[in-house]
Amino acid sequence: MPSLKTYRDRIASVKSTKKITSAMKMVAASKLKKAQDQAESAQPYARAMGEMLSRVASRVTVTAASPKLLIGTGSDERHLLVVVTSDRGLCGGFNGNLVRLARLEIARLKAEGKKVQIVTIGRKARDLLKREHGDIIVQSYTGFGSGSRVNFAEANQVTQYVLEQFEAGKFDVCSLIYNSFVSVLTQRPTAQLIIPFELPKSGSNDNADKTKDKKEAATAQSPYSFEPSEEGILAQLLPRNLGVQLFRGLLDSAAGEQAARMTAMDNATRNAGDRINGLTLEYNRARQAAITKELIEIISGAEAL
Amino acid sequence: MADNDNTFDFELVSPEAKLMSEKAWQVTIPGEEGDFGVRAQHSALVSTIRPGVVEIISKQGDAPVRIFIAGGFADVTARNCTILAEEATMVSDFNADEIKSEIADLEKKLSDAKDNIEIARYTKQLSLSKAKLNAIAA
Repeated sequence: MPSLKTYRDRIASVKSTKKITSAMKMVAASKLKKAQDQAESAQPYARAMGEMLSRVASRVTVTAASPKLLIGTGSDERHLLVVVTSDRGLCGGFNGNLVRLARLEIARLKAEGKKVQIVTIGRKARDLLKREHGDIIVQSYTGFGSGSRVNFAEANQVTQYVLEQFEAGKFDVCSLIYNSFVSVLTQRPTAQLIIPFELPKSGSNDNADKTKDKKEAATAQSPYSFEPSEEGILAQLLPRNLGVQLFRGLLDSAAGEQAARMTAMDNATRNAGDRINGLTLEYNRARQAAITKELIEIISGAEAL
Repeated sequence: MADNDNTFDFELVSPEAKLMSEKAWQVTIPGEEGDFGVRAQHSALVSTIRPGVVEIISKQGDAPVRIFIAGGFADVTARNCTILAEEATMVSDFNADEIKSEIADLEKKLSDAKDNIEIARYTKQLSLSKAKLNAIAA
């Protein structure tokens, strides 16, 4: 039976763990608020961009001469996967679930005989994929959002890299794999096709919100002039839109990370509490046993006299 | 709201935040194919923006607020005008010396550049910095 001191030490250790996890929970909660605010403030731009895209796209007829970002390279042999995770752990299944999805995607594509390349964002994606798929990781980024905010310039680095690779003909199809922020309790690992870009078609796109559809209908009637041509604008709008989608992915992931950490740390704190109760009970029992034993020794000693 | 008729809603948004949202009387935008001014009841227009200065005049006779924009898009309708900017800075916040050294730095990088991708990247950054300098001079 462990000595009383062992119990005391163990209780003290769990107590200090609990202090840490509960502090981490608070920190995550405040960071989550910030991340959510940021995701919200990025909304107007994304919305305006979406409106403009659909406005322009409704005027453009897709031909073989359309931008490659829109129609693709005509092949889907080579895939680029952009995998977004966090830099730090201790956030439950946040990174594990995402990397699992990434692995499944890689395995599926490989089974179909496609070539796969990976760009990782966040230390966890790199570390978790390195052993199995180290040979196909072409680029890794870490340290995003280290100043507690994801800034657009960081997202832009990735966008520039992806665009350069695409223009150099290194891949045909690009997907973004990230944790989309459903709610504080749920982050859903999502694979989203970003190249070639799918034009939002009114009604058919599940992401298209109602207001956008309405506006689209309204603008179809009003005469718009375009400067330069519709095609010229589209050619500039598409790379921009890629940037916005990547940025949104990063923001979602950042908010999701904090939410996941908050939930995980909340659970850890509760578990530590349970453990302390259990240990305290055992400690008291052991102490009582020791006292009883001592009493018996004294009594039996006295009786022997 | 007597002047309600000759103002319109002006919005300046960057990917990170909505930077400005207010009534404006006239906005001058450096369009890809030349500068254009926007007032209320402007015909509907979508245009790309080259790096340059957007001038916002909120009331007739007011001094313009000058904001440098590193390219983007403008979406104009009769009642409002939205600018999607990649990067926006008040012209008064620029430091001419800093930008000059930036230009010198970029010119050096450009002459050392090895492949087409690097050349394209630095040329783009250089033209951006030069546009900033012009914005201060103007």
